[in-house]
Amino acid sequence: MTSIRIISLAVAGILYFLAQVLILKNLVLFGVAFCFLYLMFIILLPMEVKTIPSLLISFVLGLGVDMFYDTMGIHTSALLAVGFVRSRWLRMLVSSGTFDEDMQPTVVNMGLQWFLSYSLPLVLIHHVVFFYVESLGTGLFFDSLQKIIASVIFVTIMSIIVQLLFYRRRRGI
Amino acid sequence: MQRIFLFLYKIRAFLLFVALEAVAIWLIASNNSQQGSAIFNSSNQIVGNVLSTQSDILEYFSLASVNKGLVEKNAVLLTELESLRRPADSAYIALDSALEANFSFRGAKVINNSLNLTQNHLTINKGSNHGIKPGMGVFNEEGVVGRVKDVSRNYATIISLLHSELLISSKITTNDVFGSTKWDGGDPGFAKLMYVPRHVVVKEGDLVVTSGYNAVFPAGIPIGAVTEVKPGTDTNYLDITIKLSTDFSRISYVYLVENLQQAELDSLYQSSGLPND
Repeated sequence: MTSIRIISLAVAGILYFLAQVLILKNLVLFGVAFCFLYLMFIILLPMEVKTIPSLLISFVLGLGVDMFYDTMGIHTSALLAVGFVRSRWLRMLVSSGTFDEDMQPTVVNMGLQWFLSYSLPLVLIHHVVFFYVESLGTGLFFDSLQKIIASVIFVTIMSIIVQLLFYRRRRGI
Repeated sequence: MQRIFLFLYKIRAFLLFVALEAVAIWLIASNNSQQGSAIFNSSNQIVGNVLSTQSDILEYFSLASVNKGLVEKNAVLLTELESLRRPADSAYIALDSALEANFSFRGAKVINNSLNLTQNHLTINKGSNHGIKPGMGVFNEEGVVGRVKDVSRNYATIISLLHSELLISSKITTNDVFGSTKWDGGDPGFAKLMYVPRHVVVKEGDLVVTSGYNAVFPAGIPIGAVTEVKPGTDTNYLDITIKLSTDFSRISYVYLVENLQQAELDSLYQSSGLPND
């Protein structure tokens, strides 16, 4: 990775974070569909990013979001789970050598069907951990399930729109 | 020995994952205790500054409704003041000091709010520099809002009434029966009134207010109105649903109440071995 690439990724991370805590935090559709778009930053990291760097990035980003949500540790634990399985999950879906290692696994690069099969399980892991840890001890199983399903759909649609608007297609290979 | 190190090196990513998850779980656990550290939540200085700048901008959109609420509250207070004014030729006898006002009030602006999680919090723009202490009661002109949790120098976080672990000591105005209001984590407009015995007659529309028994709130601050009474599954208590009088989606300014005799009450409870609140 070139240093320009790293800087542009860092800027993207900061933009995701600010958008999450300043705007998307107040955007909850029908009281059930939350928009946790920040987790797409971890999901869309370049393919070459290994588990350890993605864990560290997840930890910092999760802590930052937690501070604004007053849910200390819950976003962090959910995002760490995504950061941990991301790299392995990617290896299973992409055989090495077929794609440029520097590439991001976005809709525009990989196509809609591939992206959905890649991102849906990861988003689901995050939301299951988040909503069940958050409602621990209240016995609201089905209310949380409703929130999980609505939020997964909402985040996926939002992230596809964001990718089509702001991510460029990479040429070559 | 070398093999062990090689093995540990092989699973280093997993070890890091476990370590970081452990930190996250420790944070969750320490945040759920009543007195957490004020560094890692929205009452810390940097987060507070960002949130307060954001609310300074967004404030303009809610000014009309805030003004309307204040005017209505003023009208109520003026009527009350009129009824308290002594006629010109009346005599006044000061009674025992125990009957004097023992609550002091402060105002603050809400800069952060949530209502769709199961453990909701608010952040206000006043802290220990302005005399805010953990445990103070919070309400607005509509009704009860919550209790102060953590305090930093300029900001404080509040456990919202919409938090699955907050109990508010309350009573039904029509028959003075006591209970505890607790949010069940569902609809942010409704809560449960618990521990009301089965023999009590409760009707729909009965008002529920603070009881003044746990010394956090003065008596008579509105909480809500009864919308549904069911026998419930518990053999001793009724299952009562109340509509909260506070609209949590539109809170912009709140009042904080401090019981000036809290220290005396606490030491009394402690010496007699009773649990407080």
